[in-house]
Amino acid sequence: MQTLTELWNYYAQNYTYVWEEFYKHFLMSAYGVLFAAIIAIPLGILIARYGKLSKWVISITNVIQTIPALAMLAVLMLVLGLGANTVIASLFLYSLLPIIRNTYTGILGVDKSLIDSGRGMGMTKFQLLRMVELPLALSVIMAGLRTALVVAISIATIGAFIGGGGLGSIIIRGTNVADGTAIILAGAIPTAVMAVAADLIMGWLEKRLMPGRKQKKSQPRTA
Amino acid sequence: MLTFKNVSKVYEGGTKAVNNLNLEINKGEFIVFIGPSGCGKTTTMKMVNRLIDISDGEILIEGENIRNKDVVELRRSIGYVIQQIGLFPHMTIAENIALVPKLLKWPEKKRYERAKELLKLVNMDPEYLDRYPNELSGGQQQRIGVLRALAANPPLILMDEPFGALDPITKDNLQDEFKNLQQNLGKTIVFVTHDMDEAIKLADRIVIMRSGEIVQVGTPDEILRNPANEFVENFLGKHRLIGQRENLQTVEQIMYSDPSTITENETLSEAIKIMKDRRVDSLLVVDEENVLKGIIDLEMIDKNKRKNVTISQVMDTSFYTVKQHVLLRDTVHKILRNDMRYAPVVDEDNHLLGIITRASIVSIVYDSIWGDDSNTVLSV
Repeated sequence: MQTLTELWNYYAQNYTYVWEEFYKHFLMSAYGVLFAAIIAIPLGILIARYGKLSKWVISITNVIQTIPALAMLAVLMLVLGLGANTVIASLFLYSLLPIIRNTYTGILGVDKSLIDSGRGMGMTKFQLLRMVELPLALSVIMAGLRTALVVAISIATIGAFIGGGGLGSIIIRGTNVADGTAIILAGAIPTAVMAVAADLIMGWLEKRLMPGRKQKKSQPRTA
Repeated sequence: MLTFKNVSKVYEGGTKAVNNLNLEINKGEFIVFIGPSGCGKTTTMKMVNRLIDISDGEILIEGENIRNKDVVELRRSIGYVIQQIGLFPHMTIAENIALVPKLLKWPEKKRYERAKELLKLVNMDPEYLDRYPNELSGGQQQRIGVLRALAANPPLILMDEPFGALDPITKDNLQDEFKNLQQNLGKTIVFVTHDMDEAIKLADRIVIMRSGEIVQVGTPDEILRNPANEFVENFLGKHRLIGQRENLQTVEQIMYSDPSTITENETLSEAIKIMKDRRVDSLLVVDEENVLKGIIDLEMIDKNKRKNVTISQVMDTSFYTVKQHVLLRDTVHKILRNDMRYAPVVDEDNHLLGIITRASIVSIVYDSIWGDDSNTVLSV
């Protein structure tokens, strides 16, 4: 009960600060995912076209994924120095795998007969991509972005260790004082809320982008 | 219109899919390629719009080598329908139909009008235009698939087993519809199938293929009458050679010309009386001019026996008829497949001429089997 009161007091006294950190935290995650998307979606399309590349690209991004977050931040810090940019760089690297893999799966998952009929009707490769493959793969690609964003939000918390700011800095402050439970919670709760909210919103978007929006049942269309 | 000159296709690894194929297809002709799977029929078709590259020889459209044309332009000028239908699930019906026009950069309004116009051709409601493909039945989807091929008004249409995945009744309807459409629009069709009934029904000329080579080319009649060799004979199947006897060609020749009839204003009790006298369980209902109006059977009379009604109020008006000059083989097949007991025969103005029953079919089948034993079946 006492913790709750303390938590309440903390928010009452520091709401502007918490909000600022919340906003900063979100921006770092979003930028990381956004930059990753700019690279990863075209790369995903590329490896869907040229199957031989896919093994390499996916293996490399897999390796990146296995590096512990703290180690990644520390190594990048040596190169890029302290600050939010380093955090964004590491979030970028972590986001590559889910986005590449989902783009790849999404594009490959487009029904071959649709590609065949598109080609047969005289679509250029680019038109086929823009009018058929991308729209049909969009919901799968969105699912990749969703995973990436949720992971980015949780990893961004550690970014506070290298001066990136964000809600992580409130948590670290809590661990540094004696009896800082309320302060730790003050940082942890908004982080969790952000992650869940991002997941829900992206999930909703993903459903909206499902091909054939008005569909009643999502049965395969074979006769 | 479409010419194959010494066309061959050799796949990597040396498999010969098509071997030195020569064929001339005329404008407005409905050509059906048929053969067992792996005979090269689909490969042949796909070489026309260059979905598959030709290894050797040339294909000419209106005298122009397709290799000299831009591949994208070429495909936009040829309609293409596939078995899997391939409607785009994220586009509305209107967008799906008018896709090639969109690629050809028609203005949006014109595209929508074109889609509407085409939908009318297959008697579908314009409200479908803004629906999505998965709201349609399989038969409706393939109608849209066919319309999509017609959208930019190409003179030539390629069809790869378009009706193969549909149920028999839908398939039958679609074939009739499409054959009509093709004759009205004067399109040249290259159609691939492995279904002989479909080929006989639709084709102006059938091209029978085996292991990459043409075995026989001819109209359905020519092929049925003079199969080139044993392969063609087996491929046609013995049952189709029934009814190919020269003197047994049309329905008129084997029908029973004195069917039990009743006029439409009679009472039910009169109907029962005629049934009893003639020992039948159903009657054909005609008017004073002998025009066929309906069918009535014992069951219908039984249901309505307590009511004071005339025949015309209880008769069944949805029934299948056969025109007098229809070829026997088409009818025999229809009667057997649709499990009908009989079919009334009528002339162009729907005057009743006679009836064909299962019993009449049995007698031809018997003749042909008996004739086959003594090797005289096709020479009568």
